[in-house]
Amino acid sequence: MHILANPARFLKLARPLTGWLFWAGVLVTAAALGAGLFLAPQDYLQGDSVRIMYVHVPAAWLAMGGWTGIALASVAQLVWRHPLAGVAGRALAVPGAVFTAICLATGSLWGRPTWGTYWEWDGRMTSMLVLLFLYIGYVALADSDRERGGEGRIVAIFGLLGAINIPIIRFSVEWWNTLHQGQSISFTGGGSSIDASMRWPLLASALGFSLLFGAVVLMRMRAMLARQKVEARIRRMSA
Amino acid sequence: MNHWPFIIGAYSVTLLGTAALVLRSWLEMRRSEADVEGLKQ
Repeated sequence: MHILANPARFLKLARPLTGWLFWAGVLVTAAALGAGLFLAPQDYLQGDSVRIMYVHVPAAWLAMGGWTGIALASVAQLVWRHPLAGVAGRALAVPGAVFTAICLATGSLWGRPTWGTYWEWDGRMTSMLVLLFLYIGYVALADSDRERGGEGRIVAIFGLLGAINIPIIRFSVEWWNTLHQGQSISFTGGGSSIDASMRWPLLASALGFSLLFGAVVLMRMRAMLARQKVEARIRRMSA
Repeated sequence: MNHWPFIIGAYSVTLLGTAALVLRSWLEMRRSEADVEGLKQ
């Protein structure tokens, strides 16, 4: 991680990587969504509406992954004063907010044919809505801090405190007996209840959207670093 | 109940949201990096 502490070295890596991540993301996402729509079978209970899973679940994972990234960047900023950590945290916020909004919207559209309602104040949905508000607060705080010429410490502390919501989202379906179903896929050896014919398009879709998410984060980091360079040069010229 | 309007709605929201995010981020990046080049010249 410290190898990338130098912005010039980071940019040398990020410039070619942005395009590769983007185009790989487009190809994998297109193939995965095509498979989810036309190859994967119907669910025996939910029928065709299960196809919404191939966009809803990756959006939920990225929404939570985005804030986990913000929390890690906040630690790197506060503990090691990593010069790119603040930039990385801010670059993660808008894509994280967009995928949280997508998760809520697609979940709502999945809820109507499955549960008969677009919205229910259950643990999972409410904690995801709180995550969206946290993202909006983080973006507003980061913008305001930047305008005042702050070092971003308060933004990093907010990023770290907001991470308390991630385990709440993760375990909400276990802690509260709610409308939202429990997890169908486990990465920690708990076993997956989802059939392989549905699992591979889901994992491919998650990979595709993750690649696109990575490309967007790199684009935003490059834009922020370029803006910082312009602002520094203008300050030097006016001094 | 026909599920397909909900499926089409969910995929449309996802694809439009992702496309808008990518496009906006790419335009911001291009504009900012062009400003750096402009300053160099």
